[in-house]
Amino acid sequence: MRYAAPTSMKEATGLMAKAKGKAFVLAGGTDLLVRLKGGFVEPDLVVDIKRIPAVTKITKAGGGFRIGAAVPCAELGENAALKKAWPGVVEAANLIGSDQIQGRCTIVGNLCNASPAADSVPAMVAAGAKAAIAGPRGRRTVAVEDVVSGPGKTTLKKGEIVEAISLPKPKPKTGDAYLRFIPRTEMDIAVVSAGVCLTLGAKGVVKSARVALGAVGPTVIVANAAAAAIIGTTLDEAALEKLAAAARAACKPIDDKRGTVEFRIEVAGVLAKRAAKIAYQRAGGK
Amino acid sequence: MAGVHVATTINGDAVEYVCHPRETLLDVLRNRLGLTGAKEGCGTGDCGACSVTIDGRLVCSCLVLGAEADGRAVGTVEGLASGNALHPLQDKFLEHAALQCGICTPGFLVAAKALLDRNADPSEEEIRYALAGNLCRCTGYDKIVRAVAAAAKEVRTKKAKG
Ligand SMILES: Cc1cc2nc3c(=O)[nH]c(=O)nc-3n(C[C@H](O)[C@H](O)[C@H](O)COP(=O)(O)OP(=O)(O)OC[C@H]3O[C@@H](n4cnc5c(N)ncnc54)[C@H](O)[C@@H]3O)c2cc1C
Ligand code: FES
Ligand code: FES
Repeated sequence: MRYAAPTSMKEATGLMAKAKGKAFVLAGGTDLLVRLKGGFVEPDLVVDIKRIPAVTKITKAGGGFRIGAAVPCAELGENAALKKAWPGVVEAANLIGSDQIQGRCTIVGNLCNASPAADSVPAMVAAGAKAAIAGPRGRRTVAVEDVVSGPGKTTLKKGEIVEAISLPKPKPKTGDAYLRFIPRTEMDIAVVSAGVCLTLGAKGVVKSARVALGAVGPTVIVANAAAAAIIGTTLDEAALEKLAAAARAACKPIDDKRGTVEFRIEVAGVLAKRAAKIAYQRAGGK
Repeated sequence: MAGVHVATTINGDAVEYVCHPRETLLDVLRNRLGLTGAKEGCGTGDCGACSVTIDGRLVCSCLVLGAEADGRAVGTVEGLASGNALHPLQDKFLEHAALQCGICTPGFLVAAKALLDRNADPSEEEIRYALAGNLCRCTGYDKIVRAVAAAAKEVRTKKAKG
């Protein structure tokens, strides 16, 4: 295995594009090194992106935020402006692992590792986040939900590296929230999770919404019907029940040691409701 | 296989080493540099026995490559005491009997130090969350939490006295 630590994205994508054999980007390493040590991957080349100055910062861009691919999640929690604008995304990112893991792990690594249970992904998807991708043939930007195609699989082409995640400027009266179910309070993998982002119009009526569900399908599920169930309502009890029913209908979970199909479907509805309530409050609704 | 040449700082001292590209920082510290404070409990980021800081941030050294330390500042448990004077955390761990077999202790000390560096007066809940990445199979955690709270108090009093 060769270790490279380029100092520009151009150099990094060049190395990835030209690599013979298996090449992996190394961000925080909290997934990659576990897999490497366990013998699940045998990289010929590892490209550490933490020496590329452009991807080690959180910058404000057009009222929104650009979070570099090498920024550890702990830094998201320390950024007061980001936390104020997108509390759900930051909470989701800060749920990953322990303080030790937080010091290394990145939201881009969480996304590109392509686990169906990745915590930050439903929150990013609900918030309408985009991934900025650099490659040997230039740059492109895609919605976060379009980066992952299945468990452990992404739509990135050879040589492509995600440079940053951009979060838009939140519209006035917008709130987001993320919740996961785990059997304990720390250090566990989501059995089910839900991210909700909504914007209010006049009189506390939901004007637009996005609902994303984690760990109930091969990739994060964008539950459009669940979002539609609360649009035009003041999130009253009837709307919440419709939201839960639509969220449950969107689930395609598997049975495993963490939870059964029935349990996951049931809890997806509960979490969608609870996350929607928090998002509603954060948007200024009562 | 070509070795990677690394120039880094460990507990304030300039250190150079050559390591294998796949070698973890934990293995470099223990096997090449003789700094055996950090322990390997799991090797997968779950137990915190290998905790060190890199540029002030708490990390699991079992999930960092030795090569990644180039140009960074690494802090290990060996850097906690000043000469013969133990750090208040070390004193309080002894006083409160916050260890039995001791395998987890260096990791707890490094993690607790990282907590106190950013929060001088943590609540019990904050201490428990901050140490959630450190496992101990002997003590039942209670004495560890108390020792950290007592050390925090000691550090605050020392600071107040100047
Ligand atoms: C003890 C422990 C607890 C954990 N707890 C949680 C948890 O609670 N919730 C959770 O969701 N996850 C958890 N994880 C998994 C992991 O920490 C997260 O998925 C983390 O966000 C991965 O980020 P990273 O930067 O460390 O990724 P890395 O390990 O550096 O990379 C992960 C994958 O993505 C690829 N990659 C990384 N960056 C890029 C890029 N810029 N462009 C293209 N590909 C890239 C890598 O090649 C690799 O395949 C845990 C892991 C450990 C060890
Ligand atoms: S040995 Fe590193 S976390 Fe257990
Ligand atoms: S004292 Fe034995 S593991 Fe903690």
